[in-house]
Amino acid sequence: MTTTPLIAPHADLRTGERPAPRPRRRRRPMRTLRKLPLYAVVALLLVSVLYPLVWLVLGAFKTQDEFLNSPTWALPEDFTNLANFGDAWGSVSQYLLNSTLAVFPALLVMLVIGTAAGFALEIMVWKGRNTVLLVFLVGIMVPWQMILLPLFTVYFQAGLTQTLWPLIITYTATGLPLTVFLMATYFRAIPREVFEAATLDGASMLRSLVSIAFPMMKNAIFTIALVQFFFMWNDLLIALTFTTRDELRTVQAGLLNFTGEFGVVQYGPTFAAICINVLVILAIYLFLNQRVMRGMAAGAVKG
Amino acid sequence: MREVLGDRRTILVLLAPALAIYTLVMLVPMLWSLGYTVFDGSVISGFQFAGLDNFSRLFSDPKIADALWFTVKYAVVITVGQVLFGYVLSLLYVFVLKRASALIRTLVFFPVVMPTVAVALLFQKLFEVAPQTGPVNALLNAFGLESVNWLGDPGNAFVVLAVMDIWRSMGFYAVLLYAGLIDIPEDVLEAARLDGASGWRLVRNIVIPLSFPVLISSLIFSINGTLKVFDSIYALTGGGPGTATTPLTLAMYRTSFASGDYGYGATIALALTVLSLLVTLLIFKTSRRDLTQG
Repeated sequence: MTTTPLIAPHADLRTGERPAPRPRRRRRPMRTLRKLPLYAVVALLLVSVLYPLVWLVLGAFKTQDEFLNSPTWALPEDFTNLANFGDAWGSVSQYLLNSTLAVFPALLVMLVIGTAAGFALEIMVWKGRNTVLLVFLVGIMVPWQMILLPLFTVYFQAGLTQTLWPLIITYTATGLPLTVFLMATYFRAIPREVFEAATLDGASMLRSLVSIAFPMMKNAIFTIALVQFFFMWNDLLIALTFTTRDELRTVQAGLLNFTGEFGVVQYGPTFAAICINVLVILAIYLFLNQRVMRGMAAGAVKG
Repeated sequence: MREVLGDRRTILVLLAPALAIYTLVMLVPMLWSLGYTVFDGSVISGFQFAGLDNFSRLFSDPKIADALWFTVKYAVVITVGQVLFGYVLSLLYVFVLKRASALIRTLVFFPVVMPTVAVALLFQKLFEVAPQTGPVNALLNAFGLESVNWLGDPGNAFVVLAVMDIWRSMGFYAVLLYAGLIDIPEDVLEAARLDGASGWRLVRNIVIPLSFPVLISSLIFSINGTLKVFDSIYALTGGGPGTATTPLTLAMYRTSFASGDYGYGATIALALTVLSLLVTLLIFKTSRRDLTQG
């Protein structure tokens, strides 16, 4: 988007907290009482966010009989009942494998060429670089529906619809605009003198990119990688359009199919399948949540 | 120095791969898709030149009128909902929870990264009527109310959709707006407090004007996403009941891949593109004017 970054480039990257409030003069019991509605609001918020997730996990342990005959908020009778996970794992492991095979190659290629392009557009000096950057921005604005039909035609005629290649290619390309744009913004923060000094020391620009720019941009690249990972992993439109065979379905397209396969009435395995997919994402999120939040916010403000 | 920093061969080596893939996989298809709008047929059945038929069909098609109306309705309701809930949450984080907010921020953000289909299936089950009574209906029953057929009725389905999409994204907008709120200098707030402003007046007269730019970029970002909504609707309602919750994106998808009508599908895609460009431009223009007027 052509929005000028409304927040200073790096302001949104920090999680700075406001300074601690000055110590309060007196603590009266009235204060706690007045805060009661507030605690209620926070509690309500937490319940509305967490209860659906807890209910999901509990459901994964329930038998079909419990689903149909026990109240919906009842705890599962047997927490060691892993049969649902066993039923779900067969197809879900295939979906996870497909998603991994499609997302990671795309992510790697996109990051390497996107960083190189961002470097060429921001550090190198040449006429027309702003125009090229604007051309990349078109890709952020235009809905993907505009590229689906021609791409499907090409993939279909090339006989690629029986493979994961359409996903890898399309993910690489659709992730590029935002990556190039963000990288160009991040490179703006490195003084060009750094590269001039490297040049005086005899480094070529390619050498500067590999030995200076990449190490300096490690954090930025990782953040972009993380954000793009979630975009690709959670994509439905492209996965749905370009995978025609069951064995090629990704996590999202596969989950949709999963309900169909077992029928809506087979609750346990469906809950277990959703649960596995949520847990995979949760595992990543638990370790990297601060970076995910910052990265996504940065992508939005500049995107 | 100029020569090295402006070396054409290096620029070409660095830029060419990205530019080539981007051009081949995105730019060329965009133009190609424009070409499809004057044809009839599909890759499987072959194409016939159709002139402007697709466009005249677009303007007289009641299904498209419905889809357009739904897209706009959805975009307005969800955008307002997302940004409003996000803003209230961010105010809660900054002014009430302060340092204790980190954990809550993290928890409320989690649904943002969950796969949409997983969320949609979960909400189908939460709002289920039969054969299992889902938690929402069970709660209604506990208060002595009748179960509601949430996804079987157009109005109710829209409510579930709105609840789900706001639940899914409020954490994101809260973090986005939070970044804007913590940039408000503490001394400005302190000065206002000394002048006797507190609570709602502080928010209305100081906080909202000072965080206005972030609010606008959140709005632009949100409306851009909501106009292009596909995943959550496809997975939650499938556009139904009937076609009651079918936005333009889904109409385009159905026309192209279920009915095999590429020309008309491409025309709908073009309409969607024009719509999102117009809306972005409109918001951008109005927000600029407001900002200069202070």
